[in-house]
Parts: sequence; structure tokens; C-alpha cells
Amino acid sequence: MIASDIPALEFRDVRKSYGATQAVRGVSLAIDSGQFVALVGASGSGKSTLLKTINRLAPASSGEVVYEGEPVAGLPLPALRRRIGYVFQSIGLFPHMTVGENIGIGPRLAKQPLAPNRIDELLELVELDADMATRMPDALSGGQRQRVGVARALAGHPHLLLMDEPFGALDPITRNALGESVRKLHDELDLTTVMVTHDMAEALLLADRVLVMDKGRIVADETPQALLEGGGGTVAQDLVAVPRAQADRLAELSR
Amino acid sequence: MSEIWQALLNLGDQLSAHVLLSASAIALGIVTALPLAVWASRSATVSRAALGFASLVQTIPALALLALFFPILLSLRAVFGQGLPTLGFLPALLALALYALLPILRNAITAQTNLDPGVIEAADGVGMTFWQRLRLVEAPLSAPYVMAGIRTAAVWTIGAATLATTIGQKSLGDPIFAGLQTQNWVLVLAGCIASAGLALIADGLLGTIEKGLKMRRRLLTLGGAAAVALGVAAAALAQFGGTGERRIVIGAKGFSEQYILARLIGRQLEAAGYSVDYRDGLGSAVAHRAVSTGAIDVLVDYTGTIWTNQMQREDNPPRDTMLEEIIAWESRTSGTHVLGRLGFENAYGLAMPRAAAEARGLQTIADLGPVAGTLTIGGDPEFFERPEWMAVREAYGLRFAERRNFSPTFMYNALKSGEADVIGAYTSDGRIAADDLTILGDPRGAFPNYDAIVLLAPETGNDAAIRAAIEPLIGAIDVAAMRKANLSVDREEDKLSFEEAARQLAERAGL
Repeated sequence: MIASDIPALEFRDVRKSYGATQAVRGVSLAIDSGQFVALVGASGSGKSTLLKTINRLAPASSGEVVYEGEPVAGLPLPALRRRIGYVFQSIGLFPHMTVGENIGIGPRLAKQPLAPNRIDELLELVELDADMATRMPDALSGGQRQRVGVARALAGHPHLLLMDEPFGALDPITRNALGESVRKLHDELDLTTVMVTHDMAEALLLADRVLVMDKGRIVADETPQALLEGGGGTVAQDLVAVPRAQADRLAELSR
Repeated sequence: MSEIWQALLNLGDQLSAHVLLSASAIALGIVTALPLAVWASRSATVSRAALGFASLVQTIPALALLALFFPILLSLRAVFGQGLPTLGFLPALLALALYALLPILRNAITAQTNLDPGVIEAADGVGMTFWQRLRLVEAPLSAPYVMAGIRTAAVWTIGAATLATTIGQKSLGDPIFAGLQTQNWVLVLAGCIASAGLALIADGLLGTIEKGLKMRRRLLTLGGAAAVALGVAAAALAQFGGTGERRIVIGAKGFSEQYILARLIGRQLEAAGYSVDYRDGLGSAVAHRAVSTGAIDVLVDYTGTIWTNQMQREDNPPRDTMLEEIIAWESRTSGTHVLGRLGFENAYGLAMPRAAAEARGLQTIADLGPVAGTLTIGGDPEFFERPEWMAVREAYGLRFAERRNFSPTFMYNALKSGEADVIGAYTSDGRIAADDLTILGDPRGAFPNYDAIVLLAPETGNDAAIRAAIEPLIGAIDVAAMRKANLSVDREEDKLSFEEAARQLAERAGL
């Protein structure tokens, strides 16, 4: 229980530049264990880059990212990445491996291959049939593929789940169903989740805490409730205004 | 048809040598291209440089590339010592591997750059190391494209390997070059059919592997690979599976007389219990170099050729003095042994149809001077580069209207069809009499003497038994016998094989 005093994740003045471009300009914050955090912002706001500083797909240029008390810069790279679940917008299933092989790739790399029943269990977790394990990814629908992507991220029992625009390429119905599934998994498995999205509605509906990024800085750090009540400043409120206006018009139309 | 079958059945040795050479060159191409492609996929500079170099190599004609490795390896002897072979398998392997590089490299680099970036990010994201990513993701996804490149390389290499004959490597080019020399189309056709058939089979098998990789059908992939391995292993067994006894290698330059004399010497050695091997179709300079370095054991060369080309002499002494100086020079520079004269001369001479010469009142090269401006001269590709030609041209002030290169066989046809008026002919050629040609006199002695002599490689010449086996040929072949033998393989009808011509020549010489 000592662990609960340490934040799951902490950013200490994290900066990231690509040449002359500064993508992240000094972010400091802590995320407690068990939180579902949405990182929202427009394209180019630096939200994806900030996420990637955690598993060092984009290592921080300066500052420190601390995961469960350990600076990530000091951890061996493959081991660090295997301890963190990662879900991509492009899904990135390996087209030459079966669904089961895709799910088991992390543990296989760690030389602890998954038992077949564990793969069935993971498929069940993401609400897919166990007989999908032998299929190839190109035989699956987009939504099914991303469910496999989530199962792959969870295979190594991670405490932290990172999602980079996970539902961006999916149709609205699939998107909604998958969002609810992920939130359910987050609660059932006691995960700490950081989800990058440009969709404020998705962030408000799924997350416990919403971080708004603009030009490489965090400009708002609020609960969904606080944002809906007008908190977080102009950039955040501009983003909240869009789904709010849509909801109002839908309400008007159905009256 | 049955003739072609017979010729094809005789090509087993060349076929297995061809398979081994091509397979080695492709393998070397693969092990060079793949690491280079991996490196290139990480660096645009390396990618540009590697593709640029491979494309540049591709623009060099295959024949020239093969020839270029002779001086390159010669200069590398300073580093690797005198044991480094400059002819035969090694230069052929290196040149063909360079040739195979481009298609493999280009396909591998294209495959790497076209990999889905999402999949690569996922590989990093799940915690793969550099090597794991290469082995588990990049290699299997690139494999079908790389295989397509290897397939292209294989077809090119098998075709280009026929040219290895010219630098003294046994290949399916042997029958092609020999047949071209003597207008023996059966031989040419047999060589072409064998090499094209081999290319088709290789393409089919590699295509099976490619299909297996693409459709992820392991059985298909492994089956194709096993068939390729089996073929190469069979060729290796055929080449090296013998008793391991020493074979005496007899060289021949690219014309009929040389092929016949090589077989004549081969008969003598075989009668003495030796196994022999032939390296046919060597260029003149390559052939001399080959015997003096021991790449081949025996060669028939000509005094005038060595005198002007190897020794770079411009004077023209009497034949005995010339031979003595050549013997001393060979012994001093490389230790090559001159066994002696065969007994005939094969000089260069300028030949014309007798009727045409008489009509114009031409008897000697000096008469040619004033009318040369209206005539076309034909010669083999070497002729116009040789110092003898320069000397003759200077001595008689010859300025021909046009100069054309022909392979030795076609030269005589050119004379018949009027495409050439005068040719640089060989005096021992049977076609001079058969075609009723006249050799123009050389009153100023510009052409040196060309006695045929037998050369033995430095170590071979120390073997008394080998010397004894060949010695009966010394002084045994007169020019009439040689002309007859040459004509018997060069004539259009009822051609003899080189072996049969050699047998009849031996009979006539009383051996």
C-alpha cells in the first residue's frame, strides 16, 4: 500500500523539440494510479508527442518522465515498453501473424509465451470470440482489429494503458461501443489510462480527468464536470462548445 | 534434332560448372545486398549511394565487367600475394555478383521503404529490439519482394555467366563461343537451350518460393528452397565429386585451330593417363597471362604474337633468333617453359579473293597502298589493336576507306559477300585455299614470324612426364595438315567436331 503514495506517472518539466520545432514546451503534472485521463487538443498541439515521451517512442529532449517512481530514461527500452500497454490509431497489427500471435507478441518477446487459454481470456475481455485467434488480421473488421489491438496491449498485465487516438479510424457506432468497452476494462483491471483524442465529447464521456493541450503546453486540467460548468479557460471552452452546441440542437430537433 | 540432343548430353560438365558459378554469384549478391539494404533503410544517404553504385555497375557491359576484374585482381596481388587467381572462377564470381546486386538491392530497399509505418511503430511499441523488429516483422514482410529481386538477379546472372568463358571459367558459354567460332550452329543452339532452360527452371523454382512467402504457405516456400538446394548440391557433387585427381588444364584462344590443337594435346595427355580439362575461347592477352601464372597448364601460342604484344618489340629478327629470345624472356619474366615449335606457321597476312587481286594487278601489300583509299578492310576484333597492324600500316602507308570488325569466321563470309575487300587473315586457315584467296606479299617484312609454339606453365613445365607426353607433337604438324584440319571444322558442310579433327590430324602426323 506504500505504492499508492507514489503517482503512477509524473511529468517534470518535459520538453520535446524536433529540430527548431518545439512540440512540447514544459509539462509538469502527476497522474494518480487508477485515473482515466484524456489528453485533448487540436492537431499539432503536442498531445501525441507528450504521450510518446512516456514509452520513449519520442524520448523527452529535457525534463523527466517518471513511471511508478522510476525515471523512464533509465529503464531498458524493450522492457519499459513491454510494461506499458500501447494502442495506436493505425492499430498496427502484424499482417503476417494470426490474431493469437499478435496478442501474444509482447510476452513472447519477454520469453514468457502465453498459454492458449490466456489468449482466449484476452479475446473474451475485448468481447471477441475465442475462435478468432487463428484468423489473420485482414479477415477482421476495423472495430474487431482495434479490439485485438487492445487485447495485445493488455497481454503483459500492464498497470498503464496508453492510447493514441485509438478510435480515430472507426465509424461512430463502433467507436462508441469500443469506448465503453475500454472504460469497463479500465475499471475491472485497475488500470491507469492515458488516452489522446481530438474529440472532446469522447473525453468528457469516458475520462475522470481531462487535460487540454495547446501549442505544446497544458492549458487546462479539469474534471469533465468542471469543464461542463465553464472551467478550464478559453481554449478548453472552445473545445467543449462544439459537442455542447451539437447536443443542444439535437435536443431541440427531438422536441 | 538428334545432333542437338547429342550436343546437350555432352554439356553435363559445363552445366554443373554454370550452376555452381551462378549460384555462388547470386549467393554473394544476396549476402552483400541484404545488409546494405537494411543499412540503406536507416539512412537516405546510404540508400542513394548504394543504389547509385549498383546502377552504375549495371551500365557496364557484362563482358567488359568480367574483363575488368583481371587487372583489378592483378593489382590486388600486391595485397593478397601471388596466389590470388586472376582468371577463372574468382573474377567471374565477383563480376557476376556485382551484376546481381542491383535487382536484389533495389527490391529490398523498396520493400523496406514501403513497409506500413503503423506496423513499424507497433513493433517498437510492443518492445521489440532492433534485431527482433528486423527478424520478426521487417524480414517476413519484405521477403516476397526481396525474393522477386533475387529471381530477376538469377535470370540475369545465369544469362551473363555464359560470358565467363572468355575469362577462362568453364560455363555454358563454352559451346556457344566454340560454335560461333566455327559456325557450328548445333553447338551454339545447344549452349543457348541449356542456359535458357536453366534460367527458366531457376525462375520457376524461385517463383515458387516467392509465391509461398507471399501467400504464407510454408510448404511451398520450403519445397522451392529444397529443390534449389538439391540442384546446387547435385552440381557441386558433379564438379567436385570426382576422384580429386589433378586435371591438366589446356587453354585455347577463340579460333578453330586453337580448339583443335588443344584437343590434340589433350589426346596425348590422356593417352599418357592424365585427366584433362579445356579452357576455350580465351582472349590472346588473357591466354598468355593464364599460362604464365599457372591458371592453365598448356597453351599453343605464336612467336610473333608474344614478340610484339607481350615483349613489345618492334624489330623483326630471323625466326630462330626470335624464338631464342622468346625462350629467354619467358624463362626470365615468369618461368614459363617453351616446349618447342609444332612445325607450322600461322601468320597474319592480308588476303584478297584471287580474282579481285588479279583484276587490280595486286601482288604485294606495297601495291595496295595507292588503291587502299577505295577499299574496306576487315579483321577480327583483336587485329586492329595489335602492334603488328600498326607496323604494317606504317610500313606501307595504308589508308583504307573503311575498317570493319568481324569474328574470324564471319570475316571470310564478308570477303565473299563484298562487305570487305581485304581481310587480316591467318595463313594456316584452310579457307584460304578453299575460298581461292591470295595472301599479298610482305616485301618490307612488316609482319613478324608466327611459328606455333607450345607453352607450359612454370610448374607444369618441370614435370618430365607431362613434357614427354606432349613432346611427340613438336615438329610434327606441317602447315598443309593444319590447314586441312582447320577447314574440316570451318567448312559449311559436313563439319567435324574438334575432337574428330584432332584425331585425324594426329593420324596424319603419324601419332
